[in-house]
Amino acid sequence: MSQMTPPDAIKEDSMEKQKQMISANFHELAQAPQQGRKVVSTFVPGNINELLMCFDMARNLPEINALQNGMRKKTGRMIMEAERSGHSEDVCTYVKADLGMMAQGNIGPTGETLPKPDLLLLSYTGCFTFMKWFELVREQYDCETSMLHIPYQGDGTINENMRDYVVKQLREEVIPTLERVSGVKFDIDRLREYMRESAKSEEDLVWVLQTAKNRPSPIDAYFGGVYYIGPIFTAFRGTEDASEYYRTLRSEIAERLEKGEGPITPDGEMKDEKYRLVVEGPPNWTSFREFWKMFYEEGAVVVASTYTKVGGVYDFGFRHDPDHPLESMADYCLGCYTNLNLPSRAEMLSNYVEDYQADGLLINSIKSCNSFSAGQLLLLREVEKRTGKPGAFIETDLVDPRYFSGANVKNRLESYFQMINQKRGGGFSEGVAA
Amino acid sequence: MNNFQNGGSAAIVDRCRRLFDDLEFSEVREWKAAEKGRKVIGYMPVYVPREIIHAAGMLPVGILGGGDQLEVIQGDAYYQSYICRIPRSTIELGLTGRLDVLDGMLFPSICDVIRNLSGMWQLMFEDKYVRYFDVPQNYARDIGGSYYVNELKQLLSDLEKLSGKQISPDDLWKSIEVYNENRRAIQDLYHYRAKRPWKTPSPDVYLVIRAGMVLPVEEHTQLIRDYISAVEKEEQVMRDNCRVVVSGVFCEQPPLNLIRSIEMAGCYIVDDDFMLVTRWLLEDVPTSGDPLENLADGFLNHSNETSAKYVPVTSDKGQYLVEAVRKNQAEGVIFAAPSFCDPALLDRPMLQNCLAEENIPYTAFKYAENSGQMQPIREQAGTFADSIKLWSA
Ligand code: SF4
Ligand code: SF4
Repeated sequence: MSQMTPPDAIKEDSMEKQKQMISANFHELAQAPQQGRKVVSTFVPGNINELLMCFDMARNLPEINALQNGMRKKTGRMIMEAERSGHSEDVCTYVKADLGMMAQGNIGPTGETLPKPDLLLLSYTGCFTFMKWFELVREQYDCETSMLHIPYQGDGTINENMRDYVVKQLREEVIPTLERVSGVKFDIDRLREYMRESAKSEEDLVWVLQTAKNRPSPIDAYFGGVYYIGPIFTAFRGTEDASEYYRTLRSEIAERLEKGEGPITPDGEMKDEKYRLVVEGPPNWTSFREFWKMFYEEGAVVVASTYTKVGGVYDFGFRHDPDHPLESMADYCLGCYTNLNLPSRAEMLSNYVEDYQADGLLINSIKSCNSFSAGQLLLLREVEKRTGKPGAFIETDLVDPRYFSGANVKNRLESYFQMINQKRGGGFSEGVAA
Repeated sequence: MNNFQNGGSAAIVDRCRRLFDDLEFSEVREWKAAEKGRKVIGYMPVYVPREIIHAAGMLPVGILGGGDQLEVIQGDAYYQSYICRIPRSTIELGLTGRLDVLDGMLFPSICDVIRNLSGMWQLMFEDKYVRYFDVPQNYARDIGGSYYVNELKQLLSDLEKLSGKQISPDDLWKSIEVYNENRRAIQDLYHYRAKRPWKTPSPDVYLVIRAGMVLPVEEHTQLIRDYISAVEKEEQVMRDNCRVVVSGVFCEQPPLNLIRSIEMAGCYIVDDDFMLVTRWLLEDVPTSGDPLENLADGFLNHSNETSAKYVPVTSDKGQYLVEAVRKNQAEGVIFAAPSFCDPALLDRPMLQNCLAEENIPYTAFKYAENSGQMQPIREQAGTFADSIKLWSA
């Protein structure tokens, strides 16, 4: 669900570092079979990276492959391939991009062949589609499988029953399976160590994301934010590399903040901050640059986003806790953004609008993703009602280029910016809904 | 309790049809008004343990969307075009006051749309009891099982609060028993239809089962029994239809006309996944021991497979459908899925692969609860029936 190769125009040290980390991970994956390393395929939200590292397993994340392929404009063909083989045009395009990639030889985004997994681990948070996706991938491989079911926060809280259920699954099923597949004995102190590293990165990430409360914001918390969440949402959370990445990032952003600079964009620094937005929903990957440009050209910066919380909500204090490793792992999984109920999401969004002094909420509704999208029109109304700020609604898709209409999105954004201006001038306000 | 035997099956089906058409839930309102303090709990597909609602002295009412007769005006404003119909029409029912009779609503764990609808309901109908009813996808007794038992306890205590009445183990036993009886009656009807589908037209069977979404369970069981004995006495012409299983209709409902069209096109439906809540548990729930443990055991170990459930063993995936074909001597499968239904549509290729391996023919189409044009579906089902006859000739 996150992370990509940084655009070339951005040449900061943290970006370089991330770029190297990502390509090293793809290379590691490709080399894993030769080096006798076991490979696990698992999903991004609620992933249990620290635990997987305890078993020396290489981690493959299919959403990352799909979005990386999307950025490289390869997913259109993959999706068509999956649809030709009988997958419905109606369903999530991450799934189809992944299946299409497998059908075309399983060549990963960087051109190296992705290995056959030794374990499929369905750690399934916040989305039913993962379960089906997993079953579909499982059909293609004859390997071990394990599942970690994360209950939904239906009433907006995590209770003991939910936590116990997750911990028991970890203890009694997931860990024994990992031991069996990897041949490595579980060492809880090793897990604690990784979690300590995770917490450091989490601390720095939160600090970075919260700098957007400043005017001008030194970061874009959506288009830039997707880079920042890259390491921590994926195969790097808990590594020293990730800690170093976040340390570097933090000092870079601290410097920008001190100098009163705006966010970096592919065309350099955005100088004149005119609009501050909160964005809900994943971005579009196939036209990511074009999409981003529609914002920074108009002087619009995203000050908070929910997409940067799909792989973990850290800004309300949660940290991986080495003193309670399995329990905190459970809380992490239970707390990911799409596992929150709609009232919690409405509250979080309204608070973002207030706390980050935003002009309003923009929803990028993704055709693929019912988990995010079902109910978003109500969220828009709720947040408008609670904050008194105008909202807007656009529709795109993650990796299916057929559902990105640049002209439509641009039109809608332009009218939204006009509306914000009118509102500032004391004019009327009304949501721009699709 | 009504007894329709004298009027034959047509009178029973007529009554069920009236219940089906009544988007005001008048009989539910009458039930509620008949005694002071009565409460009604709505539930959506795919499964909730109705026994617990019943044990609380409440009436469980299945809410399956608005069908093709409801004009959806406000509901559409809550959903993007690429989301299925059932949540819109359900919101329409809610906003137009038709669901006022409900004191609470349960949203089962089936997909992200219904999951999120639970939160929408919390925001939109603040004075109602709303619960997202989660179920385990881990079926080990001490893991998923204990989680589920605790969820059942939570539901039970919520309903106690709502009704102001303690639920005793005895109440639960009685409720389990009446639902066991209901499941047996429904199984009998399904078996009967599989044996003599010409005597039990599928639209009629559908309506008879659907009546169970609104009637008190005891009355519904009697109605099914009456229907079976009525059809037994009636002569019907056996047509040269092929026998099919319909799969994918577990949530948003197709229009009745669609079910009729399948049959008119030359296919007898001998099994389906309509209203799985009535057939989720495949065996009687034992009436001794711990009632909640027994309900949990039924869920974990003796329940229907459907897209909403994880299948832990790869080779088991889809075998239930192959089994349904065999057991009911079906000759093919019709996959009918609501447009934009992720669970049904993502499952479909896997199920089709299972059928292909067993050389079981299938065809597939999509529908919406308000689909109007039946001609294409009739043609597709007709061609399918013809091809089956051709191959089996
Ligand atoms: S439906 Fe959404 S959350 Fe689920 S796999 Fe697709 S993009 Fe990810
Ligand atoms: S029809 Fe399908 S997608 Fe729609 S609510 Fe039902 S299960 Fe979910």
